[in-house]
Amino acid sequence: MNHGNKQIKNAQIETRIFNNRIFYSVIIVIIAISIIIFRFFYLQVIQHETLLFNSEKNRIKTTSLPPARGFIYDRNGKLLVDNLPTYRLQFIPEKVLDLKTKLDELKPLVKLDDNDIETLLLQVENNPAFKPIIVKPKLTETELSSFIVRKHTFSGFDAIPYLIRHYKYTNILAHIVGYVGRINDADNKRLDKNRYMGTEYTGKRGLEKYHEKSLHGQPGTLIVESNAQGRVLKSIEQISPVSGNDITLTIDIDLQKTAYQALGELTGSVIAIDPKNGEILAMVSKPGFDPNDFVNGISQVKYSSLINSIEKPLFNRSIKGGYEPGSTIKPYIALAGLYNNIIGINYKMFSKGYFQLPNKDRKYHDWKEGGHGNINITQSLAQSVNTFYYDLAIKLGIDRIHDFLIHFKFGELSNIEILGEMRGLLPSRKWKKDKKGTIWYPGETVITGIGQGYFVNTPIQLATSLSILANKGLFVQPHLIKKDEIIEKQIFLDIEEQYWSTIHQGMIDVVHSAKGSARAIRNPNYLIAGKSGTSQVYGKKEEDVYNKNIETPKHLRNHALFISFAPANDPKIAVVVVAEHGSSGSGTAAPIAGIVIEKYLSDILKMNQPGNK
Amino acid sequence: MIQNQHNFHNKRHYVDWWLLSLIVLLMCYGLLVLYSAGGWVLVKQQMIRMALGIVAMLFLAQLKPEKLSGIAPWLYIITVMLLIAVLIFGYESKGAQRWLKIGIRFQPSELAKLTIPLVLAWFYRYRVLPPDFKSILISIVMLLMPVVLIYKQPDLGTSIMVGVSGIFVLFLAGLSWKYIVSGIATVATAAPILWHYSLSAYQKRRVMTFLNPENDSLGSSWNIIQSKIAIGSGGLFGKGWQNGSQTQLDFLPEHSTDFILSVLAEEFGLIGVVILLLIYLAIIFRGLYIAFQAKDTFNRLFAGALTLTFFVYVFINAGMISGLLPVVGVPLPLVSYGGTSILTIMASLGMIMSVYNHRKLLKS
Repeated sequence: MNHGNKQIKNAQIETRIFNNRIFYSVIIVIIAISIIIFRFFYLQVIQHETLLFNSEKNRIKTTSLPPARGFIYDRNGKLLVDNLPTYRLQFIPEKVLDLKTKLDELKPLVKLDDNDIETLLLQVENNPAFKPIIVKPKLTETELSSFIVRKHTFSGFDAIPYLIRHYKYTNILAHIVGYVGRINDADNKRLDKNRYMGTEYTGKRGLEKYHEKSLHGQPGTLIVESNAQGRVLKSIEQISPVSGNDITLTIDIDLQKTAYQALGELTGSVIAIDPKNGEILAMVSKPGFDPNDFVNGISQVKYSSLINSIEKPLFNRSIKGGYEPGSTIKPYIALAGLYNNIIGINYKMFSKGYFQLPNKDRKYHDWKEGGHGNINITQSLAQSVNTFYYDLAIKLGIDRIHDFLIHFKFGELSNIEILGEMRGLLPSRKWKKDKKGTIWYPGETVITGIGQGYFVNTPIQLATSLSILANKGLFVQPHLIKKDEIIEKQIFLDIEEQYWSTIHQGMIDVVHSAKGSARAIRNPNYLIAGKSGTSQVYGKKEEDVYNKNIETPKHLRNHALFISFAPANDPKIAVVVVAEHGSSGSGTAAPIAGIVIEKYLSDILKMNQPGNK
Repeated sequence: MIQNQHNFHNKRHYVDWWLLSLIVLLMCYGLLVLYSAGGWVLVKQQMIRMALGIVAMLFLAQLKPEKLSGIAPWLYIITVMLLIAVLIFGYESKGAQRWLKIGIRFQPSELAKLTIPLVLAWFYRYRVLPPDFKSILISIVMLLMPVVLIYKQPDLGTSIMVGVSGIFVLFLAGLSWKYIVSGIATVATAAPILWHYSLSAYQKRRVMTFLNPENDSLGSSWNIIQSKIAIGSGGLFGKGWQNGSQTQLDFLPEHSTDFILSVLAEEFGLIGVVILLLIYLAIIFRGLYIAFQAKDTFNRLFAGALTLTFFVYVFINAGMISGLLPVVGVPLPLVSYGGTSILTIMASLGMIMSVYNHRKLLKS
């Protein structure tokens, strides 16, 4: 059995063994190759469809192309809101190796501070690792170029081009257009996924929210063939996105600016409306804010300063601010008296300085000590004689007052195209019983006559009522978006023309008569019909109300109101001014209305120069 | 018993035309697939290597097997020394030390694929067969030395191939079924122990990937998932030459080398795969036929072992790219792009051919 032990080797046996093993080898080879063929048969025939589907899924990528949001223009075609191309810097956490170091390296390039970095690191912890996190939403040109140059050292980081919503007018228009913001979880639940694939922003407030459907547009899709590295090799099919519709507002941006500036240091609201067609020419709520801050998420510091400001800049006073109408209600009460035949157009009463209910001690005062003497309807409006209206209100009774004023949309929503409007309150016997559980007292009717008590109106409601008054009963839905057709609606059938003209004359006398309370704003070019009012701010002591020697602290001063339309015989503009803590309707609010009217009418006159006076 | 082979002209040419034409056919088929997978640049380089391979094959075919037998032990010693040198001086590429720089870059483990069957065939050439326990033990030790050294580089694929080529010699030498069964049982029990103490992390990952490829589709199992998609999406007739999206869009990794059969399967379908396997089968059967006809034990054993090793290449490669076996890095013979493997395989085919050229003729 050692080397060379040839003798014992049996060639025949060995050959047989070997041939036998070759035979087995052939069998093994055949079995093994059969296994392989069966395996390929399994994959290529039985599993073919599934795997072909997977291979197509590899090859074909579908991306959605977000539509460009519609622009917003003013009534004269001036661009108010558009989209600007910009770049944001973002990173995908799972693709960045040493995030802290990389962020530190970015610090000098794109101006980050330690706080920003801390916030970003916090975000990383709460985000899925594949979801991009934004370092900076808007890169300046220098930041962009200094990043691009060093981009290869920042793997996982990228500067992404996109369109950012841009609000050209900030404070003055913020409450009307509102703003868009990043789509959050709550939005995701609400929005149609198919329409918002690839979209990052949606309307959050104002018209941007109200008209989201129309502004947003229809996303497109891009079907491409791409390789394993994600590089697009060719596009297979492209459905272009359809841009959102542009919106043209009824707002005149120059008038809007004028109105905002006319309020000066005061907070409040100014609404100018074309009473003939319901187009809102200006609607200011002051102070405003910068909507651009909200587009990519406002910083905590900025947000809390807005929230904590006592001037409440985020509060849209025009549709949410509740104010007593004060003396601005008087034209409507006088008209109610005429309509109900309580008084005639030549009716007079004597103002002795106060009014008392029978068998009651309480005195309801005129603003003028000693009273105004013998007063007719127009004088009662021009001099704002309280006792005239205390008396008239009692004669009318709360039910007739309520039933008449309801035709002027007091206590109703104006249905303006901005969400969140507050419903005012037109008090009634029934309302008091339902809400307070008590009966209506005659004393409450007395103060209702001068627009005080439970009365609450928003400036937009005041503007709506004013339009109806200026139109002599014609109601047109106030609106912010230009429409081709106007829905008209006559609300009264039987108010005599002479009643309307008496009331209008009274309001003209407010501005144009010698004793008119707002005669300071009179103007030789056209007639203005107006009425001032004060909306009480509660908290003052009773005796201080008439004591003119005491300087009231600003936050306790009454709100100053003024309603007006011009030209009085053919109203082209109706203006409501609410100047918060402005004290005097005629002194503070009326001049603001005067500026707005003058601006608008002089612009119109300029346009129609040859011909009209 | 088959003595009617009067092919005297073959003696003159020293060429097995059957084997040569099958090899050229396989190479052409391979180049066609390689062109689709890697383009003209790779095809050009591959053609040069193939030409060199054919020259080497024809050269070895002329050598008398006795001469090979004479140098076998020396070749073995040199191989083992080179493998030790690789571990000490070797130069690293892709996490493994496989290369030696002696003028040109050189992989001693490839040499081992040839020397192991050679030296074991030499070892058994005069021994009484079937082998007794002692000679089995000696041959196992001779086999394990290079296998362990290659495994240490680490190169699991090559060490398996080398080990298998040695075991085939024993099998053909008539190793009794008793040993074969107990050997398989030993490997089965040793595997978990090796797993814990001997496999490196990346080897473990490969095995885990094999066992459960869908576990992480972007990690180490990406290759095998994409390969299965490529194969399956090809269907019966394939997507057409150069139309395999998995290949052309880079979803299939290593598509010129280890995974070239997936390319073929994707573009030429099951039909193309079966044609390829039939060519391999023909080569393997031709090799076994040559071994069957060989004139002595030495010739039989190493011709048979080299042929079966060639078969194992095909089986492991096809098995691993289709998800039957773990991915161990075994190329598809004469089709995968890569110089060393072509030269080794062509050299082994040359030796087989030499056995044919010097087969028993009119032997009593």
